[in-house]
Amino acid sequence: MKNELAKKIILPILVFIGILGVWSSIATNVEEFPTPYDTYIAAFGGVNADGDEITGVLSDPFYIENEDDKGIFWQILNSLQRVFSGFALAIIVGVPMGIFIGMSKSAQYAFDPFIQIFKPVSPLAWLPLLLFIFQDINLTAISTIFVTSIWPIIINTALGVRSVSEDYMNVAKVLRFTPIEKIRQIILPVAVPFIFTGMRLSLGIAWLVIVAAEMLTGGIGIGFWIWDEYNNLNYYNIIIGIILVGLVGFILDLIMGRIADYFDYTKKGRA
Amino acid sequence: MGAQKFLHLENIEKRFPIPGNEDYVAVTNVDLEIKKNEIISIIGHSGCGKSTLLNMISGLDMQSEGYIFLKGKEIKGPGADRAVVFQNHSLLPWLTVYQNIEMAVKKVMPDLSKEERKERVEKFISMVNLDPAKDKLPNEISGGMKQRVGIARALSIKPEVLLMDEPFGALDSLTRANLQEHLMRIQQKVENTVIIITHDVDEAVLLSDRVIMMTNGPEATIGEILEVNLDRPRNRVELQHDPEYIRCREAILSFLYEKFAKEDE
Repeated sequence: MKNELAKKIILPILVFIGILGVWSSIATNVEEFPTPYDTYIAAFGGVNADGDEITGVLSDPFYIENEDDKGIFWQILNSLQRVFSGFALAIIVGVPMGIFIGMSKSAQYAFDPFIQIFKPVSPLAWLPLLLFIFQDINLTAISTIFVTSIWPIIINTALGVRSVSEDYMNVAKVLRFTPIEKIRQIILPVAVPFIFTGMRLSLGIAWLVIVAAEMLTGGIGIGFWIWDEYNNLNYYNIIIGIILVGLVGFILDLIMGRIADYFDYTKKGRA
Repeated sequence: MGAQKFLHLENIEKRFPIPGNEDYVAVTNVDLEIKKNEIISIIGHSGCGKSTLLNMISGLDMQSEGYIFLKGKEIKGPGADRAVVFQNHSLLPWLTVYQNIEMAVKKVMPDLSKEERKERVEKFISMVNLDPAKDKLPNEISGGMKQRVGIARALSIKPEVLLMDEPFGALDSLTRANLQEHLMRIQQKVENTVIIITHDVDEAVLLSDRVIMMTNGPEATIGEILEVNLDRPRNRVELQHDPEYIRCREAILSFLYEKFAKEDE
C-alpha cells in the first residue's frame, strides 16, 4: 500500500521532469519560444533571464486597471460565468427533453436524427450564426455553449430513462402511479446517475467551447486573454493560459464527479 | 342469482401476434373460479402460459378473449386490489426496506395520518420478521429477505388478491422452505386470497387448497384441478407420510411427467 502511494507521487514527478525536458529542447530550437523558467517567472513574478523585474500573472490576479485590462482571476471568472449560464440553460432544456425522448418511442424517432446531426457540429460553426442573431458577445458565447453542450445531457438523460427496468414500472402500474409520480419516484432515481454523467460531459464540452468562443468574440475571458497575449507576443502567457484552462477544467470535472456520486444510489449502501 | 363469485375467469384466451404469421395462442379456454380466502397454485411446465395468466389477473397484460371479474367488477387494468409479488422482488434499490413499503402504503391509503402510516408499515415489517433490517437498503439484505419485503409490501396495501409469480423461484431450497413457512404463518393471521405460480410440486401441495394444472403450450389450458384436503396449519415434515399429501403429490407428478411430459427441457 505504501509502495503504491509512493508510485503515485514519484511517477508523475518523473513524467513532469520529462515534459520539462521536451519543453526546454523545443525552447532552444524554436526562436522566441519561452523556456520553462521564463514561463515560471511570468506566472509568479521575479527577475527574468534578461534581468528585468516582472510582476507575475498569478502574483496579482485580482487587479483591475480598467474595463479592458483586468487580472487573470477576472478573466477566468468571466469565462466561468458564461460557461455556467450556457450549461444551466442546457440542463434546464436538456433534462426535460431527455426525459420526454426517453419515455416516448415516437419522440425518440422524431428527434433522434436531428440530435445525431447537430451533436458533432463544432462550436466554431455555430458562432458566426449566433453572433449574427444576437449581435452581443455575452449572449453569443452563452448560446454557443448551450447548443454544443446540450446534446450529451439529452442523450444520457434519455438513456437513463430507457434503462428503468420493466419490473419497477410494473410496481408503478400496480400501485397506479400518475405520470408525475412515475417520473418522480421511479424514473428520476434511476436516471439521475445518467443525467449527471451527461452533465459532466456537457460541462467538459462547455469549458472547451468557451476558450474558442472567446477568441473570436473578444472582450474579456480566458480565451480572449490567451489570444490577446499572442497578439502582444507574450508567448509565455499562452502557456500559462493553457495550464490554467487545464486546471480549471480538471477542478470542474472533479466537482461534477463528486456531485454525481452523491446522487447515485448505486454508490450508496455498499459500505 | 346465488352468492357473488369472488374471482372469476371466463373463457380466457391470450394470443400474441407474430409478424407475417398466424397469432401464437398462448392460453385458451381458461375458465376458473376462485373463492375468497382460497389459496391456489397454478403449476405447469415452462411455456404453459401460467405467468401470462397471472399477468392478466393482475391487469399488467390484457387477455385477447374472455373476461375476468373480481367481486363482480371486470378487471381492465392493474390496481392495488391485486397486489403482485414478483419473482425478482422488484424492490426499489434506492429506498430502504421501510421506505419501499411506505411508498406503497402512502399511495394506496392516502388518508392515513403520519402515525397510522408508520404503524401500518411497521406492522407489516414485523409480520415478516424484518424489524432489524427496516432501515437497510435492498442491496444490503439477502435474497430471501428481499422477497419477504416484497410480500410485506404486497400485503400492506390490503389487496383483495395476492398474486405471486414464482415468488421463491430464484431462491435456494432452504430459503425457499423458510419463506413458505413465513407465508403459511402470515396466511393464518391475515386471511387472504392467494394465487401462486409455481413449478415446484411440493410447494404447490404444501401451500394450496387447490392446485390448477396447466397443459403444455401453445394453446395451453387447465388440464386438471386437484383439491388438497389437508388441515392447516400444515407441517412439512409430518406431511411427508400423510396419505393425502402423497396422493396429491403423485397426482401432480403423474400429470406433469406422464400425461403432459415435456421432452425438450
